[in-house]
Amino acid sequence: MTPFEFFLAGTMSAATVFLLAALGELVAEKSGMLNLGVEGMMAVAAAVGFVVTYQTGSHILGFVIAGFAGIAVSLVFAVVSITFLANQVATGLAVGILGLGLSALIGKEHESLTITPPGSINIPILSELPFIGPVLFQQNIVVYLTILLAIMIAYCLNKTRLGLVIRAAGENPKAAEALSYSVKFIRFGSVAFGGLLAGFAGAYASTIYTPLWADGMIAGRGWIAVALVVFGTWKTGRIFLGAYLFGMVSLGELVAQSLGIGIPSQLLSAMPFIVTITVLAVISSNGARLKLHAPYALGETYDGSEPR
Amino acid sequence: MQFEFERRVTPSRRVMMAVPFITIAITIFLSGIMLLLQGKSVGLTFYAFFIEPFESAYSISEIFLKFGPLLLIAQALAIGFRAKIWNIGAEGQMIMGAIAAGSVPVFLTDSSSIFILPAMIILGALGGMAWAAIAAFLKTKYNANEILVTLMLTSVALQVLYYLLLGPWKDPMGFNFPQTVMFQDAALFPPIIFGFRLNYSLVIPILFTIFAWIYMERRFGGFQLVVGGLAPQAATYAGFSSKGAVWKSLLIAGMAAGLAGMSEVAGPIGQLQRSVTSGYGYSAIIVAYLGALHPIGIIFAAFFLAVIHIGGDIALVSADLPISSVHIFQGLLLVTYLASYTFVNYRLKPRKVSQEQVGGASS
Repeated sequence: MTPFEFFLAGTMSAATVFLLAALGELVAEKSGMLNLGVEGMMAVAAAVGFVVTYQTGSHILGFVIAGFAGIAVSLVFAVVSITFLANQVATGLAVGILGLGLSALIGKEHESLTITPPGSINIPILSELPFIGPVLFQQNIVVYLTILLAIMIAYCLNKTRLGLVIRAAGENPKAAEALSYSVKFIRFGSVAFGGLLAGFAGAYASTIYTPLWADGMIAGRGWIAVALVVFGTWKTGRIFLGAYLFGMVSLGELVAQSLGIGIPSQLLSAMPFIVTITVLAVISSNGARLKLHAPYALGETYDGSEPR
Repeated sequence: MQFEFERRVTPSRRVMMAVPFITIAITIFLSGIMLLLQGKSVGLTFYAFFIEPFESAYSISEIFLKFGPLLLIAQALAIGFRAKIWNIGAEGQMIMGAIAAGSVPVFLTDSSSIFILPAMIILGALGGMAWAAIAAFLKTKYNANEILVTLMLTSVALQVLYYLLLGPWKDPMGFNFPQTVMFQDAALFPPIIFGFRLNYSLVIPILFTIFAWIYMERRFGGFQLVVGGLAPQAATYAGFSSKGAVWKSLLIAGMAAGLAGMSEVAGPIGQLQRSVTSGYGYSAIIVAYLGALHPIGIIFAAFFLAVIHIGGDIALVSADLPISSVHIFQGLLLVTYLASYTFVNYRLKPRKVSQEQVGGASS
């Protein structure tokens, strides 16, 4: 592979972490739940996924258990913010802090260990194509499944009854309840689905993208995923593009090093965050448009009483 | 029988007073279970956590050393949180305060002028404010979410610090360690008692607490109690979206966090190094909530969390407890607090089974 092909292939892999987590957050937010605990859910799942894969040698088992771990952490958020009606922002932060602590404890005995990443699949014929072949058609299977998942989520949210019900819970919970749907049940399910995908994102980060465990390895990627949902104005296609853009930005450090460009590495490490802040400001500046796309009841606690 | 929450007509003062104690009790209970799962001795660990910090004069002085920055930052964050302005980046503002203050002894290595420390105090406050001002500007001008911006700015601040420590500000005699020179005595707060690390920087959080108390009494105080009681939602929404509130909250918090960062490098740390914050910026969020966002409550909450920090350090050695346990304990505290606080505004009552619900099986 040429360096450029390597860069593009790396972008797809890096983007998958962002995309998985952002898709999960999208579904949760569509149901009206602003879950800021993504970083914590990913960290716990990354630790669990790594430990399971390291001990059993099975990447699949690692992913499955990491998915359950993500759900478990998301349910802490759901119980406190849905059942106990607590403020979603504060609860998300609390769950984030708790998750980061738990991940350090879970991964303690495996600090700095590594595992072999799973092999990539070669799609016959297509992967032989010049230039784009190795980039597009020689990735590991999760990259493809995530793209497929993005399409399925877009379809489900926009074209199916389930998607309609989820959106109703996020736009007008009182109306959804009046149509005898349980808003709390829908929101629980959506948050748990977000937890599952954050779990997969964490497992992808610690067992495939950088197959090692180090405390703090999620390094803000959960927060970027939260920002991506805003960037994408709650639309799956735009979130997909945003995730791939950030996959590219996060590889900047590697590229600059390999090309020997004399930029301080700290500036490159800070780049994803500087880009996030800039893009956030640009997208948010059109407040009216943002309001139009954001779920109307996003972040509002639903206690069953009349909205005030 | 099923239960559901019913909104109280007025928030319960009695429950509000009880919530912190219930929170601590539940958190200790949950932590006990976690310790058992890890195969640790519960008694020994809690002894190390809660009793040992009070067993020597030195560790008591260390509690107050941690109490200072937690109190300072939490008081400032609470002002913003009460106005629903979520500054999560006190950690970054603290780093920038430490850097700005540290620039004085880094450039004037040999000066023993009495103006060094006052200059550091002013620069520390300004450094934190400048960093917070970025978030305030982007929020008021471009409507950019302050949670994400302050949080991302923390990551950027950390990289600025690393750059300085590995590059222009690195101690030439420091064996290539990422740290600056040790600051001269003129750049350090004098200790309150000789031989202890506790120093006169503690005056800043105490003064700031008085300020925060007066600020709340004057701006919110009686008015809030009346409005809050009669129309809680009106109180929540009244004037909180104003740009002035955003600027005020963020600048006050930036100043406090900057001063806290300054106090660390001009106090126990005595130089700039990779870990200048000890995580106070995040812990202060928990302190602010556990203190019910009230200046008096925050004093007790800051003291409690300072004890936890010292107890965690002790348990690290005497009970072989991993450092992450302190983070987990803090996370549990906040989660439990938020769940418990619901009972201030709601009461549990048996669920009414209406005809409609019997008919519609789904709920």
